[in-house]
Amino acid sequence: MKLSQAFRMAFKSVLANKLRTALSMLGMLIGVATVIALVSMSEGSSRQVQAQVESLGAANMLQVTITGRGLTTSLSKDEAMEYGDIDNVEGVSPIVNGNAYAKYGTTSESYTVEGITPEYADVRNVSFVEGRYIVDMDLTNYNKVAVIGANVASDLFDTEDPVGKTLLLNGNRYKVVGLLETKGDSLNGSADDKILIPLTTAERLLSSKGVKSIYLKITDTDKSEATQALITAKLAAKFPNSTNAYRVIDQQESMETLGSITQTMTSMMAGIAAISLVVGGIGIMNIMLVSVTERTREIGIRKSLGAKRRDILTQFLIEAVAISGLGGAIGIAIGYVASHIIGVVMDTETAVSFAMVVEAFAFSAGVGVIFGIFPANKAARLRPVDALRHD
Amino acid sequence: MSHNDNEVLIEIEKLVKTYRMGQETVQVLHDVDLTVNKGDFLAIVGPSGSGKSTMMNIIGCLDIPTSGSYKLDGVEVKGLSDNKLAAIRNDKIGFIFQGFQLLPKLTAIENVELPLVYRGLSNKERRKRAAEALRKVGLEERMFHKPSELSGGQQQRVAIARALAGEPPMLLADEPTGALDTRTGQEVLALMEQLHQQGHTIVLITHDMEVAARAERVVRMKDGVLTEDHAERRERREAFAGIQDGI
Ligand SMILES: Nc1ncnc2c1ncn2[C@@H]1O[C@H](COP(=O)(O)OP(=O)(O)OP(=O)(O)O)[C@@H](O)[C@H]1O
Ligand SMILES: [Mg+2]
Repeated sequence: MKLSQAFRMAFKSVLANKLRTALSMLGMLIGVATVIALVSMSEGSSRQVQAQVESLGAANMLQVTITGRGLTTSLSKDEAMEYGDIDNVEGVSPIVNGNAYAKYGTTSESYTVEGITPEYADVRNVSFVEGRYIVDMDLTNYNKVAVIGANVASDLFDTEDPVGKTLLLNGNRYKVVGLLETKGDSLNGSADDKILIPLTTAERLLSSKGVKSIYLKITDTDKSEATQALITAKLAAKFPNSTNAYRVIDQQESMETLGSITQTMTSMMAGIAAISLVVGGIGIMNIMLVSVTERTREIGIRKSLGAKRRDILTQFLIEAVAISGLGGAIGIAIGYVASHIIGVVMDTETAVSFAMVVEAFAFSAGVGVIFGIFPANKAARLRPVDALRHD
Repeated sequence: MSHNDNEVLIEIEKLVKTYRMGQETVQVLHDVDLTVNKGDFLAIVGPSGSGKSTMMNIIGCLDIPTSGSYKLDGVEVKGLSDNKLAAIRNDKIGFIFQGFQLLPKLTAIENVELPLVYRGLSNKERRKRAAEALRKVGLEERMFHKPSELSGGQQQRVAIARALAGEPPMLLADEPTGALDTRTGQEVLALMEQLHQQGHTIVLITHDMEVAARAERVVRMKDGVLTEDHAERRERREAFAGIQDGI
């Protein structure tokens, strides 16, 4: 028998039993719809996380924090800049940080203040929307200028344009020269909630001498470990006999941790969904087995007219795959709509990827094959004499 | 006549069929010998339970003998695989069953097409041959009716058309009139006689002597033993020859 004919026959029989087909594909349909909806949710949230991490430039960033020992508890700015000479290091951004009260008009609040150099923009991948950045001149002249994060601007200035205004930091007057772009939540606290001032000015304001934190941007993330080793060696030379005076943190590691959490979530949901698909498959097997029993006489007639085992097997297998595939296709459509509704109602990001759709469909068709084989084989093995006698 | 009388189609020797029922084995056919030539119209007649259907299942390659030999068209059937048997059924045998055995969801023509589907013929070719077969049994008007929309006699004619569609060398009929009233039964038998005259080999199984009398040759089955009245056979032959020669 030709395969095209087998398809025609199977579809005819699937369509002839509309109610049964609909009922048996229900399990598959719900399973696939659940997969699409759940996975789209976790995919959406993992995309969100990824976007945040990417905006941080975290994958190619190393952070050095210095707690110090004895008299030396920090590095000077020039010492910090030397780390830029290390192979594979593209940029260095030394930071002096602390907290300060910012006041504008009658509003006053505590914020993280970071004393920075112009390299900050490139290394930490922060861009500004308005005004200007902190430049070398600000550092040499101990200028009291500030670039503020988006949340700081909205907290203190409300709807006013902050650029050009003056705010008080621990009572000192600072002129706002720039406004940063909104970045959203991130690993190290968002720049949205920070006030950036020149490093030299910050040392005075926070009365903290020296750099306690350095961000390093590296060129090749694959060589990250070798670079870390070089940095550690340089730190060891500066702080002999005290390995816990400093710490090198790989941003990629923390990103991977975060990534693996969302990954776990995704695979957990996929697992739940897979179970529901298997349940759907069992439903189809059930119906197919009933169908084989019910159609024993039909099988007998077909065999008496020359149907081979293979013919009967393909006919029933195609029927099973058609039912599960159709259930899968409708499930995909419903899951797609559902994920949109969930996205709107729960105000989370959802994403249905093409790969996911293809996988879900292939999986449902595969379930049809796996759970269809047993009943189809049962049908194919019937002896024609017995099948014809059946009523 | 178009056929060659001496060409052997069925050759059965010492055929035994036993059924296993739990511990016991029941022998249903005892050393049956039977030879059928091409163009024969043979009736196997016998009382209920004598083993006629068992015989027909074996002749039709739906079942295999326990021992003995069965050659169909020169091919030994015993020991063939399921697939080979299916191919033989498709190629060489046209079944006409007592209960018609039509697929209720298919139209008359789709039912008639079935053997051709399994032969792998193209759509167009199938349609053509199925329509031709339905014309032969006088049902060209009812091609697109489902079996439920046809009378018993019409359904049996569809079944006969289905048996004819593949142009097999042998038609095998098990109680073809069993589910029909006398008049439609007669019609079906007349149709079979007509097919015989066109050269088809027919094996007809029945418990009804009157029906068997329509055949050219009659063998009797009793308790699984087959006997043939040769005198009767000769007589009938001559009678048939007479009809055909138009005397
Ligand atoms: N599958 C089977 N298992 C056991 N015994 C069987 C089986 N099929 C048939 N028989 C036995 O074989 C014997 C012959 O059965 P068969 O069906 O061939 O009779 P028959 O001549 O066709 O009768 P009828 O005219 O009633 O159709 C019966 O005694 C029956 O019980
Ligand atoms: Mg019988």
